[in-house]
Amino acid sequence: MKGGPSVATTTPPAPARPALARPERFRPLGLDLAHSEWTKLRTVRSTYWTLLVTAAGMVAFGALLTAAYVRHYGSAGPAARAAFDPAGYSLSGFFLAQLAVGVLGVVAMTSEYQTGSIRATFAAAPQRPMVLAAKAAVFGVVAAVTGILSSAAAFFTGQAILSAKGIQAHIGDPGVLRSVIGAGLYLAVLGLLALGLGTLIRRTAGAIAAVVGVILILPVLMQGLPSSWQNAVTRYLPSAAGQAIIGRTKFAPPGHLLAPWAGFAVFCGYAAAALTAAAVMLGRRDA
Amino acid sequence: MIEARGLTKRYGPAVAVDGLTFDVMPGRVTGFLGPNGAGKSTTMRLIIGLDAPTAGTVTVGGRPYAALRRPLFEVGAMLESAAVHPGRSARGHLLALAQANGIGRRRVDEVLGLAGLDAVARRRAGTFSLGMTQRLGIAAALLGDPGMLLLDEPVNGLDPEGVAWIRTLLRSLASEGRTVFVSSHLMTEMAQTADHLVIIGRGRLIADTSMEALVRTSSAGWVQVRSPSTGRLAELLREHGATAETRTGGALAVHGVGVADVGELAARHGIALHELVARQASLEEAFMELTRDAVDYQPHMTSP
Repeated sequence: MKGGPSVATTTPPAPARPALARPERFRPLGLDLAHSEWTKLRTVRSTYWTLLVTAAGMVAFGALLTAAYVRHYGSAGPAARAAFDPAGYSLSGFFLAQLAVGVLGVVAMTSEYQTGSIRATFAAAPQRPMVLAAKAAVFGVVAAVTGILSSAAAFFTGQAILSAKGIQAHIGDPGVLRSVIGAGLYLAVLGLLALGLGTLIRRTAGAIAAVVGVILILPVLMQGLPSSWQNAVTRYLPSAAGQAIIGRTKFAPPGHLLAPWAGFAVFCGYAAAALTAAAVMLGRRDA
Repeated sequence: MIEARGLTKRYGPAVAVDGLTFDVMPGRVTGFLGPNGAGKSTTMRLIIGLDAPTAGTVTVGGRPYAALRRPLFEVGAMLESAAVHPGRSARGHLLALAQANGIGRRRVDEVLGLAGLDAVARRRAGTFSLGMTQRLGIAAALLGDPGMLLLDEPVNGLDPEGVAWIRTLLRSLASEGRTVFVSSHLMTEMAQTADHLVIIGRGRLIADTSMEALVRTSSAGWVQVRSPSTGRLAELLREHGATAETRTGGALAVHGVGVADVGELAARHGIALHELVARQASLEEAFMELTRDAVDYQPHMTSP
């Protein structure tokens, strides 16, 4: 019906009954839902802005911090020089990038609740935990790809800056590739943790506050603990555990970190717990 | 076919829907009427499984909505207020919903055309007028070419052309054998569209009736008479099996006899008449009469 309202009073050409073909009975529903989530993610502008800020934070903020380190390199003592992790330090931009990717993870779900589109979503797909799984899968892949690419860019930028003092690392050095990929994975899993919290809390502001609280405030609160406990507890926090895979960044807490992959596994555990709780609550609460 | 059995929903102490039992049959437009706050939207949400009932069951085509694998092929729903992200284009919104059920792009373009939205398909939904948003909601409901349609207050915010468009659309969908369930708080709206009515108030079923039957009962009518000898006339009317009650202003409301009977009776007894009018209750009055007790109190139904 071309021309819309002008022909509104004529009989609308309602679709003929047998016209629309249903998909194959055994086509996996998960694929359809992932397809749908992909469309949702790419059809709002905020996705592009937050991904841009993630990448810019990773690269530009990382370069800024690395350049500052190079400027003060002369005044660093031998112990500090020995502990310096050129790969990890060049990836310190994660500190800003994590906020952007956290916001994207939160908003991926809270925007549905705040605009009411969650009702259309669940009317089209009443399999709520599967919707969350599809969202997590699509968002996780997008965040991981963005994270790893910007992490690689930050690494090479940082090493170019460090080469002024001859203290740069090479991508082939032991543990360096793990750092670079790990920073990207950290961002992706942080985004998934944020998605879980967003689904549980439903409100954008509250969920972002929760993410900031868990990642930034919690480590600061730990400083109130007796110092003997502090280190033991802090490294198991989501932030320190997850960041262990990046190496010694500018923001690494003092003391021992967990082993890179062990810490990352702990971090994945937090994200999995948040998403599992979210999936359970999705089924129990009214939309 | 939609079957509700003892459907009940409480939000804390407030009862939004209270033991509703009704069937919505295919091949006709069923109006779902009730004053604002009667529980219509809650019932709609219960039908499509957005809210879980506190008690009772509701099925679509014999199954609970949540059991439908690709529900858009069975049920198309348009819910009250836009369920759309304002930053997403109309086309993007429909495409995401379509893909969730494995429906292709061609069908998205078709429903955009059906709803008269093809010119604005790429515009962000947040810039839409209320009428355009309603059309987008209807386009979404039609995506899967479903056999059942649920529309919550579809004519809200539509211009007269849009209202006429909806009416024609609903009638033609029902004539194709589909189940069409439309809520409204306006009897006048339903009078022109619905074949059957489910009327609720305060969450309870008040009437489940064909439009025809409702018209018949409401058009039985009554007679209004004014006379200087009202008392004597009322007595005579009662002797003849009619009921007569005095209204404020002194007029008599007479039920059970025709306007001619009243006139002749008065003439035979030499009673002067100042006014003799046949009155018909409109559908609107019939509806208000039915729901009069149900609007006194409104449950708190702020959705969580």
